[in-house]
Amino acid sequence: MSSPSIDPVGVDVSAEAIRAALVKGVPGCEATVVENGSPSAQHSLLLDHEHAVEAATFLRDHAEFRLDFCSNVTGVDWPDKEVTEKVKVTKVVDGPDGPKEQQVEETRKTLIPGYLETVYHLFSMEKKHGPVILRLRTANRGEGNHLPSLTPVWRSAEFQEREAFDLFGIVFDGHPDLRRILMWEDFTDHPMRKDYVPPEEDEPVMDDGCAPGSSAEQGAAGQ
Amino acid sequence: MGSEVMEQELKDLKVELSKHGIFTTTLEEVYNWGRKNSVWPLTFGLACCAIEMIATSMARYDIARFGAEVFRPSPRQADLMIVAGTVTKKMAPQVVRLYNQMPEPKYVIAMGACAISGGPFRDGYNVLKGIDRYIPVDVHIPGCPPRPEALLHAFITLQKKIDAQQLRGAGRARHLKAETPSEYPVPDFGSHDLEPTHNDEVFPPRPESPFKVLP
Amino acid sequence: MSGKSMMEESAIGLDEQMGATYGAGRHTLKPDAEHESQILEVAIGPQHPSTHGVFRMDVQLDGERVVRLKPVFGYLHRNHEKIAENAAYLAAIPYTDRLDYLCSMTNNWGYVLAVEKLVGIAVPERTEYIRVIMAELTRFQNHSALVGFLLQDMGASGTPLMYAFREREKILDLFEAVSGARMMCNYLRFGGVRVDCTPEWLEETRQLVGRLPRFVDEFERLLRGNEILMARTQGVGVLPRELAVSAGVTGPMLRASGVNYDIRKVDRYGIYDRFKFRVPLGEHGDVYDRYMMRVLEMRESIAILEQALKEIPDGPVQDPKTKVRGLRPKVGEAYGRIESPKGELGFYLISDGTMNPYRYRVRPPCLINLTILEDMCLGLSVADVVVTLGSVDIVMGEVDR
Ligand code: SF4
Repeated sequence: MSSPSIDPVGVDVSAEAIRAALVKGVPGCEATVVENGSPSAQHSLLLDHEHAVEAATFLRDHAEFRLDFCSNVTGVDWPDKEVTEKVKVTKVVDGPDGPKEQQVEETRKTLIPGYLETVYHLFSMEKKHGPVILRLRTANRGEGNHLPSLTPVWRSAEFQEREAFDLFGIVFDGHPDLRRILMWEDFTDHPMRKDYVPPEEDEPVMDDGCAPGSSAEQGAAGQ
Repeated sequence: MGSEVMEQELKDLKVELSKHGIFTTTLEEVYNWGRKNSVWPLTFGLACCAIEMIATSMARYDIARFGAEVFRPSPRQADLMIVAGTVTKKMAPQVVRLYNQMPEPKYVIAMGACAISGGPFRDGYNVLKGIDRYIPVDVHIPGCPPRPEALLHAFITLQKKIDAQQLRGAGRARHLKAETPSEYPVPDFGSHDLEPTHNDEVFPPRPESPFKVLP
Repeated sequence: MSGKSMMEESAIGLDEQMGATYGAGRHTLKPDAEHESQILEVAIGPQHPSTHGVFRMDVQLDGERVVRLKPVFGYLHRNHEKIAENAAYLAAIPYTDRLDYLCSMTNNWGYVLAVEKLVGIAVPERTEYIRVIMAELTRFQNHSALVGFLLQDMGASGTPLMYAFREREKILDLFEAVSGARMMCNYLRFGGVRVDCTPEWLEETRQLVGRLPRFVDEFERLLRGNEILMARTQGVGVLPRELAVSAGVTGPMLRASGVNYDIRKVDRYGIYDRFKFRVPLGEHGDVYDRYMMRVLEMRESIAILEQALKEIPDGPVQDPKTKVRGLRPKVGEAYGRIESPKGELGFYLISDGTMNPYRYRVRPPCLINLTILEDMCLGLSVADVVVTLGSVDIVMGEVDR
């Protein structure tokens, strides 16, 4: 009943290596490395929808990677963002001595459309390595909230994808049993989205100063 | 005024008689004595506080000393519901239904911050901010979780409450009044929230809240 | 595993059970020609004495046999993730206590580890030892409570649970002495622990740990070779190895199915590579193996505790330069995981450079271990379903969060 201590096998499972293998092994697969700026340096791979299931199966059955264990599946909400930037433009301005070219600062607003995202953390129970992180992004947060389901590849995604459907409203095509899991059936909202507004309460909620946009947070931002 | 004097005299008489080996009692006293020492709680754990409730029933804290170790799995056989833990909106209708299924006389202890007010999870979209929005509560115990001693204290408080209940007259116990309901309406699942969000009968709207919303 | 050979000769063929699905093995579900059976739908829970909280199973029964089982969740969905996303990094620690409320120390560690990865915080030597001691004490009391609850589900009302809780109370006293709370310890901090342990505390812990093997022996004497226990557990609720891997089952449940995967060995987080301990593995993946796994892990925990208590060095428990309050990690993300008593407890954090996490996700071992509940329970009787569920070791606070 005992076991020898395990040594991780020296297979390169960095996002870059996985991407190279995927592009070679799954024809037509588009995989992009998403950089992660934190000290953890866990970079991830963004997959396209058409080849996601195929790529996942490839990674699971690959003799060297053997990513047979899909540990964590989660949704992330990225709402529409308005980015304001200051740009210098050259414009013709009416001056005292006639029209003249001048550099003017202008604020330009660009709308970055939002999307929903699912993140899969893969490990290998056989080779004891990981994590390899896969990402899938929806077209938008409205009608285009469809993603391919990876439950046929890893059973462990079953409840977690249901949770992402319930709380984020991501529809997984190919999921065997896509129902709400935590909230009740008649519930219509997706409460983990950033723009969810909870129902009105008859008693106010205390403000501990940590909520985004609260008065204390703005004060602390200046420190 | 006169009845109070008489009651004191009766008490003195009882003490005097007991010194001579004669014991007297009233029906009310015997009835309440029997009830308060055999309160059977419902086996009903909701969250973390339930673990402390179990700890209370174990050897170290030994709730059996108070005659309440007989945890009943069925509400039909229980006298006391210890709401031990967070009541979520998804669970609230079931809690009310369980309460309705208990036979009278029945009592409720709200154990822990969550059962009283939502506690640490008060800001959650699926958390009910206190079970007293739907059913009447006899004893509240604060704490997160309350220690087993606190639960025992709540229990003794409940026993005192039972002991003081009258069988007749205007001040008789709740379950003896024909006009007070013994069942309360079960809330429905709405599309955003429970409907209704509270029961006005047990949770009347407060005219002015002591809290202020920060700007 | 004494007593197993006895069972192997009996009618319950263990090998047949390996493929225990609808209609396989001992449970033949051929409809009786004379008595047409009727499918009955029953909801077990959310208020049921053996569902370990507010868990609900919608089962369809053919006579006494389960032909379909769908778990229903959400009765304790307390919006842990949403609340943590609206709070500062530090403010989420007390909430992690309430995830798996039997093991607050390991929950703290999982979260703290993820934040340390996200920010890049080093942990002092002494703290690492304290963390290991706390985690193994937690593991011990969780497993002993689980065995008590499991036997309670089998009808051994009270006695084993009393034994388990007697020992648990002693460990809780230690937790209370060091952190101020019995259950909700809120003890670990980023890059450290909240307060140092006193030498007296360590001495007391040493004494308790010295007594723990006697408790396990006593517990085992009470249960080992008990015929009812074996008849109720051997060959029941079998989880085949491949299914366990594919379904992401972790913790003692996975190892009972024979997969050697313990995150303490694989990731070597903290200082687990310094201790000598063995990873028990099961062969059959049934309830008995899962039960045995807990007992053996309790012994390994004692071994780790003895080593850690001997080697613990002096020193600071927290680097004073580490920022604990008002943390503002750089934009990025991190996934940290530990081996909690229930399985792989992971925390996934995305930072957008502000004071609160942009995304805060808990990977709950209990929820994911329940994925294959239906596969394990098909063809069993309702009483066996209860035992199978008990052996999964769920805590609703973590399943629903
Ligand atoms: S009051 Fe605290 S301990 Fe009790 S259920 Fe609520 S969170 Fe858990």
